Amino acid sequence: MTNQRCKGARDSLPEDMERFRHIEDAFRRSCRSWGYREVRTPTLEYLHLFTAAGTLTPNMLSKVYSFLDWDGWSGERVVLRPDGTIPIARLYIENLAQEDIVRLFYVTNVFAFEETGKENRERWQCGVELLGNAKPASDVELISLAVDILRSLDITGVEIKLSHTGMLKALLKELKLSPTEEARLLIQILDGNWQVLTQRRAGNSDANRLLSLIFDLKGKSSGFLENLKALPQISRGLRSELDSFAEVTNLLDVLDQDYQIDITSTRGFEYYTGPCFQLSVKGDKIGSGGRYDNLVPLIGGKSTPACGFALYIDPLMNLVQPKAYQKTAERILVRGEIATPDVMKASLQLAQSLRESGYVTELDFSGRQPNSRWVVTIREKPPRFVVVDQAQNQKRETSAMGNVINIIGGSA
Amino acid sequence: MPTGRKPDCVKLALPKGRLLPATACLLGDTGLEFKEYTEATRTYRLRSAGTPHVSAKMFQEKDIPIQVAVGNYDLGICGLDWIEELLAKYPASALVKVLDLEYNKGKLYLATSQHGAISSLEELPARHGSWRIVTEYPGLAETSALSLRLRRFRIFPVWGATEVYPPENADLVLLWARDESDMRAQRLVSLTTLLCGSAFLIANQESWQTKDVGRIIGQLSRSIGMAVKPWLQLEPKPARSIKRFYPDFGKEKVWLAIPDGHQQVPAADFLNKAGLQVQGYSGGRLNRRPALNLDWVNIKVIRPQDMPLQVANGNFDLAITGKDWLLDHLYRFPTSPVTELADLGFGEVRVVAVVSRDLPVADIDGFRGLMHADRSSPLRVATEYVNIADKYLHDNHVGRYRLIPTWGATEALLPEDADLLIDNTQTGRTLAKHNLKIVDTLFESTARLIGNKNRLGASTKRKRIASLVRMFRQAAEGNNNEEN
Repeated sequence: MTNQRCKGARDSLPEDMERFRHIEDAFRRSCRSWGYREVRTPTLEYLHLFTAAGTLTPNMLSKVYSFLDWDGWSGERVVLRPDGTIPIARLYIENLAQEDIVRLFYVTNVFAFEETGKENRERWQCGVELLGNAKPASDVELISLAVDILRSLDITGVEIKLSHTGMLKALLKELKLSPTEEARLLIQILDGNWQVLTQRRAGNSDANRLLSLIFDLKGKSSGFLENLKALPQISRGLRSELDSFAEVTNLLDVLDQDYQIDITSTRGFEYYTGPCFQLSVKGDKIGSGGRYDNLVPLIGGKSTPACGFALYIDPLMNLVQPKAYQKTAERILVRGEIATPDVMKASLQLAQSLRESGYVTELDFSGRQPNSRWVVTIREKPPRFVVVDQAQNQKRETSAMGNVINIIGGSA
Repeated sequence: MPTGRKPDCVKLALPKGRLLPATACLLGDTGLEFKEYTEATRTYRLRSAGTPHVSAKMFQEKDIPIQVAVGNYDLGICGLDWIEELLAKYPASALVKVLDLEYNKGKLYLATSQHGAISSLEELPARHGSWRIVTEYPGLAETSALSLRLRRFRIFPVWGATEVYPPENADLVLLWARDESDMRAQRLVSLTTLLCGSAFLIANQESWQTKDVGRIIGQLSRSIGMAVKPWLQLEPKPARSIKRFYPDFGKEKVWLAIPDGHQQVPAADFLNKAGLQVQGYSGGRLNRRPALNLDWVNIKVIRPQDMPLQVANGNFDLAITGKDWLLDHLYRFPTSPVTELADLGFGEVRVVAVVSRDLPVADIDGFRGLMHADRSSPLRVATEYVNIADKYLHDNHVGRYRLIPTWGATEALLPEDADLLIDNTQTGRTLAKHNLKIVDTLFESTARLIGNKNRLGASTKRKRIASLVRMFRQAAEGNNNEEN
């Protein structure tokens, strides 16, 4: 058979969807109980929403699906949503900016071209955004919420890496580059090319030694940041960013939350301004987030501090084992012995009352091999109902529909 | 029995147009002469007397990178600009740049008008508002707009005459020119150079890995290494300097676009008949900003293909183009404000579906049946009218097909490089000469006056537009009566 599926696209089969919904349900439940409200943004957005400097890096922009709409004669391009946060910032500006503090969550797909077609070009994520609060408590709230969601999914061994975009930017300033060179370096770093920075530390200047101290060692508590602050070559600008970073780590220390300070975990989004974090399990990235205080004003809103995170559903699907999936063996198959109107009517009635009693009930008139635990056969003549428990290898007959439910309920 | 290895058959794609004289000269010197490789030739398929295993076909230069990338041709010669444009759109294209042939040197400039409001590249990202970029290279334009971090931009792809758009109808242009002096001659100023290059020999990646094309490359590189290179003397002439240039931003002026190319002579006749005396449009030297005996009308000469989009965007109020290009635009943008105002009666062509005469089908239904029965790979449809072809194939329930956009001389593609053409024809004679037959007529097209729905009505300018439309309609009536 020829493969007609688009390159880089994927089908989700019933098992996949069980896992997907399991993650989504846990995520929704946690977010709701923390006071977040669900929103959804359109799949299509204007390209220019993402081209304002400081939103997406040129490398990410070169992978967006952009095209002219049917009314695109003005040359205005639209894109398939390449990112979850920027559309939420737009939604906030257009609808919710009058509220003080806005807590939102969403489950969405994002699109990015991937050349080989072996990776997914459409990925799903669970996102959370907290707009209107500049306090480090809100960064910590998000980390705690993420941890809470992962715990409710029984995912263990989650590692949290912390970094700080403000600190990174201040560090680049220490290198005393031209503004163009500095901007270029930052873009390369955000695209994941840390070598451009780490190879600089070989020299013996103050700035280079500082780079060494920051890149080669990973911190495990606020103490690491305090140690850095105490260094003589730390400038004022860098110190204030370290202070902002330490406010978050201090709170996490109080909460006994384990983490690692790793400045090289900053990745991807140019819109991050402050503390950011990355979540992983055994080296696989499962989520990331951070503070983006400039994003709302950059796309035309008033100055609004904000932070958020996203959990990546695709890698999470390999880490969860939904209970609902394990229980599919408990299903009931109701089958008619022959397809007369009378037998079909009885089958439908029985299936309906079983469903009302909470059983997953499937109908069959084709005589296929059942793979469910219970099989109820409906005959034309009494006793009309034959109940077979395939797990126990037991068979019982009855003429009253009500008894069927009792038999199944009694032995479950 | 022949002994030794037979040379691999090699297919070469050669350019028409600006690169033809120098390419023909280089090939002749190299011992790869194709006798019929001239601008005046009637045939597209070329054979070389000296090297019978090498065959060649002539293409529009723009078509060559795609033809080589998809593997229809092993080797091709075209400008670096078109190679980079394809790679900007499709980075994974299977192309290898083999040899810099050194002729037709030039640069791709991102430029603006000398008379415009932009003075440096740094101003662009800082300013709000949407930049209008007119270019024949939309792929490269998008890449560079993104890397320049323009907040907002609109790219208007054009078929040609890029230089005439700024400053009134474009803020920026991305165009190929030999050097800065050519740019100055066209009243343009370069903001940055995107690339610098010349004609290139390219190879299909698969052919490069599997076929022996070493002899051709060896011959060519020996010629390139020689001291005397007569083909370098055959470069295109420098750009003509525009003497009188008065940009006009007057709000009440009516902007009229008139066509170059095939439609130029009948359009000039028609304008005359309508009482519009256009200086610098008919006769020898084409002035792309000709003068008119009505001082409230500004005229520019642009490609008819580009007019509907330009009228839709308000860059021009009225334009003379073909029904074919109007429909191609409307099929792509059904809510476009462009509307037909008069049938001018001249420039009659039929838009037709064409197949090879060797194919045993009489109509499109037969063709569809044949394609369904016969093949697992998608149908290849070559056309200048991408949107008309798309609609036609949908309407006729042709299942799987791939469009090959071309820039003219589409008939050269059948039967080797396409299965079906959607093309225009006046008499059908050219098609017959190339062993092709028409299986369907989509519609008949003549020149039309088009305008923008949103700009008709009251106000001084609107009144002016209305009076111009009246003049066109009267002349058109005369035209149509003559014919009946």
